[in-house]
Amino acid sequence: MTTKRSRVAAFDIRLVIALLIGVYGVVLTVMGVAFTPDSEIDRSAGVNINLWAGLGMILVSVAFTLWAVLRPLRLPED
Amino acid sequence: MVTVLADADLRLNANVVDYMLLAMYFLLVIGIGYMARRRVSTSLDFFLSGRSLPAWVTGLAFISANLGAIEVMGMSANGAEYGMPTAHYFWIGAVPAMLFLGIVMMPFYYGSKVRSVPEFMLRRFGKTAHLVNGISFATAQVLIAGANLFLLASVVNLLLGWPLWVSVVVAAMIVLSYTALGGLSAAIYNEVLQFVVIVAALLPLTIVGLYKVGGWQGLVDKVSAGPGGPEQLSSWPGNQLTGFENNFLSVLGLVFGLGFVLSFGYWTTNFVEVQRALAAKSMSAAQRTPIIGAFPKLLIPFIVIIPGMVAGVAVTELQGENKAALLAGDPAPSGATFNNALLLLMRDLLPNGMLGVAIAGLLASFMAGMAANLSSFNTVFTYDIWQTYLRRNRPDDYYLRVGRVVTVIATVLAIGTAFIASTYANLMDYLQQLFSFFNAPLFATFILGMFWRRMTPAAGWVGLVSGTATAVLVFVLTESGVWVLPGQGGAFVGAGAAFVVDIVVSVAVTAVTAPKPADQLVGLVWSLTPKESRQRSTTGEDAGWYRNPGLLAGIVLVITIVLNIIF
Repeated sequence: MTTKRSRVAAFDIRLVIALLIGVYGVVLTVMGVAFTPDSEIDRSAGVNINLWAGLGMILVSVAFTLWAVLRPLRLPED
Repeated sequence: MVTVLADADLRLNANVVDYMLLAMYFLLVIGIGYMARRRVSTSLDFFLSGRSLPAWVTGLAFISANLGAIEVMGMSANGAEYGMPTAHYFWIGAVPAMLFLGIVMMPFYYGSKVRSVPEFMLRRFGKTAHLVNGISFATAQVLIAGANLFLLASVVNLLLGWPLWVSVVVAAMIVLSYTALGGLSAAIYNEVLQFVVIVAALLPLTIVGLYKVGGWQGLVDKVSAGPGGPEQLSSWPGNQLTGFENNFLSVLGLVFGLGFVLSFGYWTTNFVEVQRALAAKSMSAAQRTPIIGAFPKLLIPFIVIIPGMVAGVAVTELQGENKAALLAGDPAPSGATFNNALLLLMRDLLPNGMLGVAIAGLLASFMAGMAANLSSFNTVFTYDIWQTYLRRNRPDDYYLRVGRVVTVIATVLAIGTAFIASTYANLMDYLQQLFSFFNAPLFATFILGMFWRRMTPAAGWVGLVSGTATAVLVFVLTESGVWVLPGQGGAFVGAGAAFVVDIVVSVAVTAVTAPKPADQLVGLVWSLTPKESRQRSTTGEDAGWYRNPGLLAGIVLVITIVLNIIF
């Protein structure tokens, strides 16, 4: 992260979102693959929702990260 | 409270993974408070984020501020009770007003550089109207913050089994810590994060819920066969929602009562919402704030109402005879209420892991609502009451300190009102009552004041007071049973009557009192504001067709109409 022109340390909410949803996504995916018993999956109408929601969240996290990297915050230069 | 579900029936079976996911969320929430604090050096930074935020941030915060506990729990409860007509609260009851705010009213709010909605009142109508507006707004915020706090605490109570008052205090402390530290910026950044978490919680729940009942067609079949019948599947005419048996009256009530008076009153004059737009970095961004917010607003009903409807047919405690009893106004044999819909569905369907995310989403939504109430309350109290009437002309850092202290006091008051909120069965009813008291007459006064230069200061406050009194009168009549309007009909009628009375009284008083001189109304009234000062820039970060508020509003409008035709 370039901080040459920054007056205050850059704080980008997009990266905070990416961090939270990314961790959620990884935890849920691991849960879904290895730690969700069949009885739980039956209860959720046969959908392994941990796995699918986890994968979805990883995608969202990647999207927010890309957005933050490709269009970085520009602080007022003065 | 006659019969309540045993706590054990609602206890969510959370395990250590769920708690870790929750803990991570709270860590980031407090972290945002600390990071935002480093940017607070003036009172404007604290109360209006230094007018520096991009439109997508303020736009999501605009929606999230309204997506509090009352909205999520109340609307899923309404979904279980009334079905698809609940979507009116989002479509006709929000979107047109949000577009109107962005296109028509924002140039006056943002362009006149006022720091709050009551301050606009002060400049347009003078002190009496300002005090009426400022005090009623501040009172309403404390009441609503209490309602949000109560719901937040009742979920913590269910989840952890803590006594209710401990849950209330702990929940209040967390919200207080980041709002007092980072001010509006902390509240807004957290609202954006909260929005994402709420969607991450409710979207998977909706998908699993639909699988559970056999897809959309399965839901249609089951709701049609159950109590309430097939009319719960189309949004119009919504007789059960309004309480009017006559289709024409019901549609009229929805369009005029909800769509026009209640929603325009709420979305265009409520400082909780307008404050988010005032924090935007330019006129263009301020105008786009409510319009960008309208896109998610169109889609939220699907992840709030559908889980409610699924709960009404798939959760043992709410389906069949239980739903029939609740619709008839009796307690359900199971002891459940519609307000339990979302929690019961989460309990039934979600495995550990997803359950933690869902709980985080619920708590996020509850905190969003309460933080929004607090951050708008402290601004109005500090700028409009303390600085204007009680302690003028102090240095800026004095008002920054007052803002932080007032946030603490407001939290204590909200803890008190949390217990008032706990006595109402359907929280949405309670909220609608408050709205009709304060918001409906406010919109009448604002719209007259912005477009009719002759309207006098005296007309401003007399109209407001008589409009509010009318709403209270209708409320008393319906509550005491003199005038019977079931469902939400009472609130619609109250709001409509308040609006009409406000207009009539304002016009009558204007006829006999003296107007303000024209030079004091520049920037506040349409015909006296030079065109260039209402204009937004179209260069730099405001350039491009996709940043044109008018075009965006048009797209939203088309989607709204299509959704209303489909459902």
